[in-house]
Amino acid sequence: MPICRQMYSLCNALRQRSLLRSTLPRFLSSHAFTYHPSEPIENAGTTEQMNLFQAVGNAISTVLETKPNSCVFGEDVGFGGVFRCTVGLRDKFGQDRVFNTPLSEQGIVGFAIGLAASGTVALAEIQFADYIFPAFDQIVNEAAKFRYRSGNLFDCGRLTIRAPVGAVGHGALYHSQSPEGFFAHIPGIKVVFPRGPVQAKGLLLACADDPNPCIFFEPKILYRAAQEEVPLKHYTIPLGTAEVVREGNDVTLIAWGTQVHVMLDTAAAAAELGVSCEVIDLRTIVPWDEETVYKSVRKTGRCVIAHEAPLSSGFGAELSASIQENCFLNLEAPIVRVAGADTPFPHIFEVFYLPDRLRCLDAIKRVVNF
Amino acid sequence: MMHVPSVIFRRLCTNLRQIPSHYGRKLSVVNISPDREAVYTPKLEFKRPELEEIMPVYRVLTKDGTPFSPEVEPQLEKDHVLKMFKTMVMLNTLDRIMYESQRQGRISFYMTNYGEEACQIGSASALNPDDFIYGQYREAGVFMWRGMTLEQMIDQLYSNVGDCDKGRQMPVHYGSRDLHFSTISSPLATQLPVAVGSAYSFKLSRNGRVVVCYFGEGAASEGDAFTALNFAATLDCPIIFICRNNGYAISTPVREQYRGDGIVARAPALGIIGVRVDGNDLFAMYNVTKAARHLCINESRPVLIEAMTYRVGHHSTSDDSSVYRSVDEVNYWDKSNNPILRVRNYLVRKEWLTEEEEKQIRADCRKQVMTVFGISEAKKKPNPALMFSDVYDTMPPRLHRQMLATKEHVDRHTDAYPLSAFESFNTSAVD
Repeated sequence: MPICRQMYSLCNALRQRSLLRSTLPRFLSSHAFTYHPSEPIENAGTTEQMNLFQAVGNAISTVLETKPNSCVFGEDVGFGGVFRCTVGLRDKFGQDRVFNTPLSEQGIVGFAIGLAASGTVALAEIQFADYIFPAFDQIVNEAAKFRYRSGNLFDCGRLTIRAPVGAVGHGALYHSQSPEGFFAHIPGIKVVFPRGPVQAKGLLLACADDPNPCIFFEPKILYRAAQEEVPLKHYTIPLGTAEVVREGNDVTLIAWGTQVHVMLDTAAAAAELGVSCEVIDLRTIVPWDEETVYKSVRKTGRCVIAHEAPLSSGFGAELSASIQENCFLNLEAPIVRVAGADTPFPHIFEVFYLPDRLRCLDAIKRVVNF
Repeated sequence: MMHVPSVIFRRLCTNLRQIPSHYGRKLSVVNISPDREAVYTPKLEFKRPELEEIMPVYRVLTKDGTPFSPEVEPQLEKDHVLKMFKTMVMLNTLDRIMYESQRQGRISFYMTNYGEEACQIGSASALNPDDFIYGQYREAGVFMWRGMTLEQMIDQLYSNVGDCDKGRQMPVHYGSRDLHFSTISSPLATQLPVAVGSAYSFKLSRNGRVVVCYFGEGAASEGDAFTALNFAATLDCPIIFICRNNGYAISTPVREQYRGDGIVARAPALGIIGVRVDGNDLFAMYNVTKAARHLCINESRPVLIEAMTYRVGHHSTSDDSSVYRSVDEVNYWDKSNNPILRVRNYLVRKEWLTEEEEKQIRADCRKQVMTVFGISEAKKKPNPALMFSDVYDTMPPRLHRQMLATKEHVDRHTDAYPLSAFESFNTSAVD
């Protein structure tokens, strides 16, 4: 299993190691994580070893192949994309279906809405989730409300917006953000967040099939780091369903994207302390799987939620409030949220910013000892 | 939005591409785009827009209804012109009655089309019925020309059971799938890039249809407007942009909106075919739109039409325009440069219309609108459960619980809510 988010400064590494030796294996700093591959998909036929960008590319290729009326476009998509997700697709499907747009996010999303509204399956790429904000108006006021405001005369359900998301070790303010919380406040769109290649392909194909506009966030740190066997054929993972990726009885840990792997590492560390953690990958932020979450928290009575995005009004707040409302009699301790600080995402301070394993482990200790 | 690595990468690629091609060719030119080269000059000279020629306004008919020049007598059939005239009068009648209706508190909001009737109906009648349209909100005449019934329109204004958007949007936000007109939304200019996407979709399916997108000169200042024109040009989309330049964006006159030669001057800057037309001239609007459609289809490229007109009415029922412009100015346009009068003068001159017939047309329009007005006003508002459907294709469980909770709450407090005005609150009807 690959070790991700490696130290980028020797000085930092030495400092971290000396601080953390007592609680963590020596080869891992607290903000690194182990990639935990997905369980194989049943009856999936032939598989191939793929990393996340290859799985995304494979999914896009599958969409273009199975849906003749579909397009993929965005900034620098034509030559293969700055993260290699669309390599080879222009040659295979033609430049009418795989193409560059001018450098304008509001243009890309508006254009994509129009394609979708006229019947074309539109896979739009925003180069970094940090740059999705110029398209916020098009997403919030147009895409999300298209069906509702027209009384279902028109819809743009064939739209999927993909965007690389999350921390990458050195991305600083504008190559690290996790904006899912902004989009969770918008009725009318679905927000999806895979944790690895197998998940990404199945969820992206589900987005392309879904009759609602979807935003698909790809944790960019996993593009190369995450490797696993991905089925070559078409398969989908249903939207709106969470997955229990590790069963346990004492504490429910909820996360999505890269943070799921941090939580799995934390659960392993907690197990050594005798605490049994159940880890849930939420997978879809909107609409989220309330049933799976409540069931788990009712069983364990304790809950820790972690996300990279800032704490205040992050999606953890919605989860925490809903769990409190629905599992009040089962809760043995306050729900704890471990999140990024309420600061912009910093460059050199990233290690202090992220909700790493040590912070998650401390949160588990708090809810267990409450 | 930029991020350093890819910008550097892009520049690197550009340089690598250009260097070898320059070695093989004359060195006195530089590539602007694949089909354009600029020559070098030792002369330091800025391009001054005020020294450029101002784009003229294409006109067919003068204000008194005679041809602007002898060779441009309109070639339209009597029936066609009469139908256009009647639609303009009907639109004007609907505007007057619904504007008053809002003043009396019967509907919550209204926007008239005074002064822009020719711009709307002239362009609409030059299109194929299945050309797809995106509008801003001052294009009711286009809906009317396409066949939206008075009942459909007034039902929308009343948000009653017949409302196309199920009572969800403010008045004048019409939409119709049958008439190929996307539902209006309030955010300005958002429809422009969306329209470009639809045009690209049409291009891919090679269906021979064009997209037409209307917007005001104020909306043209939005980022979405620039980006849409640029996308349409670089992606070679069959789309006609029709800008209604009526002089004002609410209270803001054009001198505070832009400093260039209006909106049409932006077309060549982006590699788009452009034309400026007298928007109060029905025949000029018709001819220009017809020709634009031809260009658009045959060359698979966008066309920008700037229609010069004047917003005779207030911006909306929430606006009093006398605060920011003179009555004389309004009167000039309403009395001396009125698009409906101009067509009437033409029809009378051709002996296609008598004064009696005109009176009858106006009386018929009034009677029809008043009849439908009464019927629409009496209709109930839609089932309140329709507040919860169509957010997604199917209702998520969380939203379903919110609907049931609202219903249960209302049932416990029936006196507190205006239930008698609504159809019964039926949650199973939207499941």
